[in-house]
Amino acid sequence: MSRGRWLRRLWRSSTGRFGLIVVGVVAAVALVSVFWTPFSTRRTDVADRWALPGWPHLLGTDGTGRDILSLIMAGSKTAVLVAVGAGAIATVIGLALAALGALTARWIRESTAVLVDILIAFPVLLIAMMISAVWGGSLWVVIWSVGIGFGVNIARVTRPELRRVLHSDFVLAGRASGLTPAQNLWRHLLPNVAPVFIVQLSWGMAIAVLAEAGLSYLGFGAPVTEPSWGVLLAELQRQITVHPIAVVWLGLAITLTVLGLNLLGDSLRDATDPTLSRGRDPMAPPREAIRHVPGVRA
Amino acid sequence: MIRYALTRLALLIVGLFVASALIFVTLRVLPGDVAQLVAGMNATPAQIQAIRDQLGLDLPLPAQYAAWIGGVVRADLGTSLLTGSSVAGEIAQKATVTVPLGILSLVIALAFSIPFGVLSAMRRRHADGTALNVTAQTLAAVPVVWAGMMLVVVFAVWLGWLPAQGFPRAGWQDPALALRALLLPALTIGIVEGAVLLRFVRSATLQAVGQDYVRTAAAKGLTRDQALVRHGLPNVGLSIITVLGLQVAGIIVGAVVIEQLFGLPGIGRMLVTDVANRDLPKVQSELLVLTGFVLIVGFVVDLVHRAIDPRLRQAEVHS
Repeated sequence: MSRGRWLRRLWRSSTGRFGLIVVGVVAAVALVSVFWTPFSTRRTDVADRWALPGWPHLLGTDGTGRDILSLIMAGSKTAVLVAVGAGAIATVIGLALAALGALTARWIRESTAVLVDILIAFPVLLIAMMISAVWGGSLWVVIWSVGIGFGVNIARVTRPELRRVLHSDFVLAGRASGLTPAQNLWRHLLPNVAPVFIVQLSWGMAIAVLAEAGLSYLGFGAPVTEPSWGVLLAELQRQITVHPIAVVWLGLAITLTVLGLNLLGDSLRDATDPTLSRGRDPMAPPREAIRHVPGVRA
Repeated sequence: MIRYALTRLALLIVGLFVASALIFVTLRVLPGDVAQLVAGMNATPAQIQAIRDQLGLDLPLPAQYAAWIGGVVRADLGTSLLTGSSVAGEIAQKATVTVPLGILSLVIALAFSIPFGVLSAMRRRHADGTALNVTAQTLAAVPVVWAGMMLVVVFAVWLGWLPAQGFPRAGWQDPALALRALLLPALTIGIVEGAVLLRFVRSATLQAVGQDYVRTAAAKGLTRDQALVRHGLPNVGLSIITVLGLQVAGIIVGAVVIEQLFGLPGIGRMLVTDVANRDLPKVQSELLVLTGFVLIVGFVVDLVHRAIDPRLRQAEVHS
């Protein structure tokens, strides 16, 4: 299926459109916040503290008079950074393990499969704690732990797909017409597993956003000097009995971002699935996959 | 069944070995000089040597690993570097908070995800079914810390029904008091984990709706809903068992975060503190206990699933 067609299909579904718009808006806000936020995130103003949503502080202020909207905007930068970084690492690890598990000699293939099954039992949060016990907390801990944890998950989903494509006629034809294994991988195998893979990536990024919030909240992620949703959750928690409204906005921002990425993944799955036409049959069950990875929610 | 159980047991043992080796390599080998790391920058050489002796760091690595695992097998998880107390004893004591919290969370998650999941599948063409699905989709995207904070605001700050933080010092001597302290934390984990589970139950139910046996039962005169409840739901139940292992992992992670939020003296909070203090020998054993637990639950779940799913037993007879 051509790329244009599934993009159009994605846009036509209401969840797909919602996901695309949310992800687009978050990315845009993150980009804007690099250059501009309504107020400086460091600006404190005692006279303005505990402000309710209004003007000029659209979402109000916290106990030191910092502008909540600006803090949330600045935090989106960190979330995007973590999502993209973890996504990149998950891609490399996931594809490498999937290739090892699908394209190599039998004993390597099977031991890789067993290893992946074992690694998948390691909750991301525990990987993160293991890393930060040695190297201390930082955003890298979040990026690496989600990258590793989700990479393993991608490998588990992509490997059978790769095996399936490997035995298809066009790969055989490619081999017969003299493509090297590497060329065949690049030209035929990867484009064909790409849909499965992109869907996983979208869900993985949703998990990265949640993990950043959870790990930074626990103190293993972003340093407290950095604008981050997790750090902000921890800071606003201390004011929750006095001024709960401030943390409401923050949670909604995180939820919306994660929901957008999840729905984008769901709709990508539907849009790229060539068997979707079956879904139009009222008796056929909608194709739903679990996207739950052990313990990655935080 | 016995052959399957033995194969699965072998996989469990390999899994435990790989997990322990990974933890050992990450916490003992990669950091370089663990004693220096634990002692900090300002430690005197004598202090560092003392830690080195205590941890047996002068032994070759395989011997260190063997000593650790040998201890673990005898339920000796080592001692804390900071307090010198037994890790196993401390875990057992903290488990009196975390285990009830986990069980309560799981019960809450199951209690609301199963009926609502089935309902949202059966009513998927109606407004209420759609609303349920949207709610579950949204709740599954909520950060668990934030969910906890919102519940605290409503039930502890506004309504004042439940305590916002803490656990009674006397522990379970007053069960009602202890249970009250665990209710909000368990509700938080249960709702968020349950939302994920609800989506799974929903898709499993939808899958059952399309199966031939449900169609046949409907053709024989049952209504679609009767057919689903009588013939479809047992199958949904089986698929729920398969994801229980994942749920347990999710609940452990939830407990780490939620114990921090609610200030509960459980295993999760202990782990967070120990990681922050770089009490590496303790962290090492704690991580092994937690991942080992996840692996063992997965093992038990697979065996139970195998034992009660007639299709799997059939497959074995034919193969």
